[in-house]
Amino acid sequence: MDFELSDDQVALRDGIRSLCEGRFPIKRVREGFDRAVHAELADAGVFSLRSDGFGVADAAVVFEELGRAVVPGPLVWLYLAHDRVDGIAGGLEVAGRKPPWMVEHLDVLDTLLVVDESGVRAVAAGTVAGAVPVARPLDPLTPVHRVEQLPKGEELGDCELVAQWRREGAVVTAAFLVGVAQACTDRSVAYAKERRQFDRPVGSFQAVKHILADMRVRAEVARASVHAAACTLDDPDVGDVARAVAGAKMLAGEAAITNGKAATQVHGGMGFTWEVDVHLYLKRAWVLDTVLGSVDDHADAVAATLPSP
Amino acid sequence: MDLRYSESDEAFRAGLRTWLERTLPELPPRPGWSDWGGRRRYDTDWQRRLFDAGYAGLSWPKEYGGRDASPSEQLVFLEETTRARAPYVGVNFVGSLHAGPTIMTEGSDEQKARYLPPVLRGDEVWCQGFSEPGAGSDLAALRTSAVRDGDHYVVNGQKIWCSFAHIADYGELLVRTDPDAPKHRGISWLILPMDTPGIDVRPIDTVIGSSEFCEVFLDDVRVPVANRVGAENDGWRITQVTFAFERGTAFVSELVEARRMAEDLAVLARDPAHRHELGHVAAELDAVWALTKRNVSRAARDGSPGDGALMVKLAYSESRQKLGDLSVRVLDRSALDIDNEFVVERLRTLALTIAAGTSQIQRNIISERLLGLPREQPWTSN
Repeated sequence: MDFELSDDQVALRDGIRSLCEGRFPIKRVREGFDRAVHAELADAGVFSLRSDGFGVADAAVVFEELGRAVVPGPLVWLYLAHDRVDGIAGGLEVAGRKPPWMVEHLDVLDTLLVVDESGVRAVAAGTVAGAVPVARPLDPLTPVHRVEQLPKGEELGDCELVAQWRREGAVVTAAFLVGVAQACTDRSVAYAKERRQFDRPVGSFQAVKHILADMRVRAEVARASVHAAACTLDDPDVGDVARAVAGAKMLAGEAAITNGKAATQVHGGMGFTWEVDVHLYLKRAWVLDTVLGSVDDHADAVAATLPSP
Repeated sequence: MDLRYSESDEAFRAGLRTWLERTLPELPPRPGWSDWGGRRRYDTDWQRRLFDAGYAGLSWPKEYGGRDASPSEQLVFLEETTRARAPYVGVNFVGSLHAGPTIMTEGSDEQKARYLPPVLRGDEVWCQGFSEPGAGSDLAALRTSAVRDGDHYVVNGQKIWCSFAHIADYGELLVRTDPDAPKHRGISWLILPMDTPGIDVRPIDTVIGSSEFCEVFLDDVRVPVANRVGAENDGWRITQVTFAFERGTAFVSELVEARRMAEDLAVLARDPAHRHELGHVAAELDAVWALTKRNVSRAARDGSPGDGALMVKLAYSESRQKLGDLSVRVLDRSALDIDNEFVVERLRTLALTIAAGTSQIQRNIISERLLGLPREQPWTSN
């Protein structure tokens, strides 16, 4: 047992971090996801990690960095569907929901992967009719269309593929959310050191620094949970896969949302402005909590693994 | 990253499991909550059995009677003893997880040879003497004085929250040896034989009723200078060593126990709202366990558990209290009996966010040491 990042994983993390710092500064991120962003991430091997021989734990390391940079796009679906569809794929989970379907990134998609309990269908994005763009999407970097009816599309996989995508996709999304939670912490700590009131940095006040300490701990606990889930997917003998995955998505979602709100609070009035980036993290966290199971869904899923009366 | 235990870890597990299956049925019935004489006998008997089987002082070096086990073997030990519902460390807590490791790190060769083996064998029980009525979170403000008189210190003062003082043979005692130095620089760490004349121990009734906590009054108590651990006035640094052990390792066994209690509570929880919350808490406890594995992996690589150890105590104690709150709600009116296992735990765990550094102190430490935030400045009127 060695639950630290391996040397290769440290190199992978550092590589993707410097890619994000160089190619995806917040100024460009604010312009949203497009074919150029897709091409650069694809070139970097972000979507082909599994077919290139990397494990889920490696993917978790990569997606945490993408989350820190709050890189936009249907990244998890591109990762999941890499060896099954060409071009740009996005996903839509319909199980338990009703139209209108809220479809992300439709304008830039080649294929929409429609996921329900029984299987995955691939719908050519050009065949989706009557899509109405949401004028002001919650997350400005995640454009959304309302769609009343979906074409049937082609069957891509059965319930086994759905189960596999839900497990692996939840862990990779959770890793992205840990990155969001960490970025909120880092930005808030930096701001609290810089911002002065009453002739001292606001980060010296215990009322503020305790919020920051909690943010740090929340991100660290969620990270450990996500890494444990990823290791369990890579080596199912070491634990209970269902429980590890659900716990990871739950804690990462909660950490990202809670830290997003805390970051807004620590930034004071500036945190409430469009100009300061904090809202982009919080809004992405809210978007991703609706993907591959919410905090609430996964708390129930963990409970289902516990003994019953 | 890899969570698979090695073959030698699994061999260790198999041997331990066999031993537990054979040994646990031989144990006498557990004494009642407030039967302190009985609890001392029971816990030290368990310690002796561990020692005889080679499972005492897992992390301690062989030269002091320990096993020198790998960190992952220590995790396996906790997993298996909890799974088998073996006794907890109990009255051996201060000796094996607090004073013992401190003496091992900072004590003289004579002190190590004299004090460590009896702790491992369960022959001697230790208590803590750190906090004072006027020195809680601000521990360095302690005033219990130790004045040199030949080859003795004469100690006067009052200690509080001294775990197990009413049944202990020795105490780890913090005293002020230089009243004129800045408060962190005038403290020394002494080994106090509890049978020395002038010591008055009074148990503290807590919200649970009887407890391991005591007040200790020290009136002209003569302690040999040879009982000082480390240099005179270097006690604050040594105390930080003690705390590093406490915060880093002493909570790990509690964490494993809490995960087992979550499973036990699930058997009683029918209401979907309760089960939802229980799922939430169980995931938190799983995650803190994963963080512990990370700390252990880090310690195995570079000797220090790193940042994670600071965070485990805060995260664990908050999650454990959520579990406690939930357990009382699940029990409904069965909770009106303090001797219900879950109720007594709910009450006991109120102390988790207070003892060993309150959660507020932990947040100060995390924000100042890990995040590099400035200390809070005193206000001046303007």
